[in-house]
Amino acid sequence: MKAPKFSFVRADSVAHALELLERHGDDARILAGGQSLMPTLNMRLSQPELLIDINRLDALKGISVEGGVVRIGALTRHAEVMDSPIVARHLALIAEAMPHVAHVAIRNRGTFGGSVALADPAAEMPACVLALGATLVVESVQGRREIAAEEYFKGLYETARRPDELLVEALIPVETPGSVSVFMELARRHGDFAIAGLACRARVAGDVLSDVRLVYFASEDAPRLATGAMAAVEGKGWTEATRAAALAALDSDLDPMANLDGSAAMKLHLQRVLTGRALDAAVERARAA
Amino acid sequence: MSDEQTIEINALVNGERITRTVPVRQHLVDFLRGDLQLTGSHLGCEHGICGACTVRVDGAVVRGCLMLAAQIDGAEVVTIEGLTDSGEIADLQETFVVRNALQCGFCTPGMLLTAAELLNRGAPASREQIREFLSGNYCRCTGYHAIVDAVETTLNRRLGG
Repeated sequence: MKAPKFSFVRADSVAHALELLERHGDDARILAGGQSLMPTLNMRLSQPELLIDINRLDALKGISVEGGVVRIGALTRHAEVMDSPIVARHLALIAEAMPHVAHVAIRNRGTFGGSVALADPAAEMPACVLALGATLVVESVQGRREIAAEEYFKGLYETARRPDELLVEALIPVETPGSVSVFMELARRHGDFAIAGLACRARVAGDVLSDVRLVYFASEDAPRLATGAMAAVEGKGWTEATRAAALAALDSDLDPMANLDGSAAMKLHLQRVLTGRALDAAVERARAA
Repeated sequence: MSDEQTIEINALVNGERITRTVPVRQHLVDFLRGDLQLTGSHLGCEHGICGACTVRVDGAVVRGCLMLAAQIDGAEVVTIEGLTDSGEIADLQETFVVRNALQCGFCTPGMLLTAAELLNRGAPASREQIREFLSGNYCRCTGYHAIVDAVETTLNRRLGG
């Protein structure tokens, strides 16, 4: 359980990190919080030639809001996101999801950007940024590139970020008045990897749903925007018929993968259960607001 | 191992300034245990699951096995030895004994470090919240009940209840 040999460089500026990435590309790994990278090193599932430690890059830290957009720097720790008044006020979905992210010692060290960059299919933050229609900003020596979350998540640990690019920040539109969000996940124990999960944002007037975004995670290779189920509920009252239409649509929206936690059929079932609960909660929260 | 890269680190460990040269791939707890003989931080799983290696770095608990020794350069580290010597958790430690909140003791240093962070928040916490806060620290002896008892008792005493 000891890491293999690697070279190690503390990046002293973003430019320095980008130069190293340009030179070493896929042979290098960015060390941010290290809460996923370090286990893979200790278990020797990963053998990078070079680790680029970006923990001193203060430019990549912090949360701010301007012009209806929240900026979360990639190196912002989960704990800071969890305690942020800006997140509590403007990104209720992320505030609700954050307690599900592992445990306190992991959240103290793990970073928002690290989670999005790694794109673990069971992780909460990728699902949230997709549900909220965020823009992910990457940089290389060639310059800065903005990628819509819809274009960013490609598959199992695969994203639109190139090996020479560093994720620097997420730009997330604030949740506007009248919109509600719901985050739910199922895990065997608190803080364990989810076995099914849903990040949901919608507008609710009475019981009529609109602008609905349903993002499912933990059941397949990447967070999935369920366009069929979203269309099935768009502009509809949240009735038994709407519920049935949404759950039916998930058949073609989702393609769950079996793993040690359960079969594909069980995972699809759990995502359906969460769909009903989440939209019930959305209507209830809108009523209470 | 001549091709092994090393790096110099300067840090404050349990209030003492240290300067050492470490292999870049050495994790923090191997450094604390092997180089500084601070053997109170335990290694259980070495991949971030069990919490036995919990230490405090710059005021917040982290997994000592998921941080490189190279990364404590310029940081302040507190282990169970330092936390005990400071007296910060003397009340918690006494309550652990009174409540039988440990049997083999392997998880106890990490459990105390994590509980100390909860106590330092100075806010009331339900038993469920205490359990949630400690959920990243495994104990295979006690069944947790006595640990929650001890943390709850200490927290309520500190809050004057």
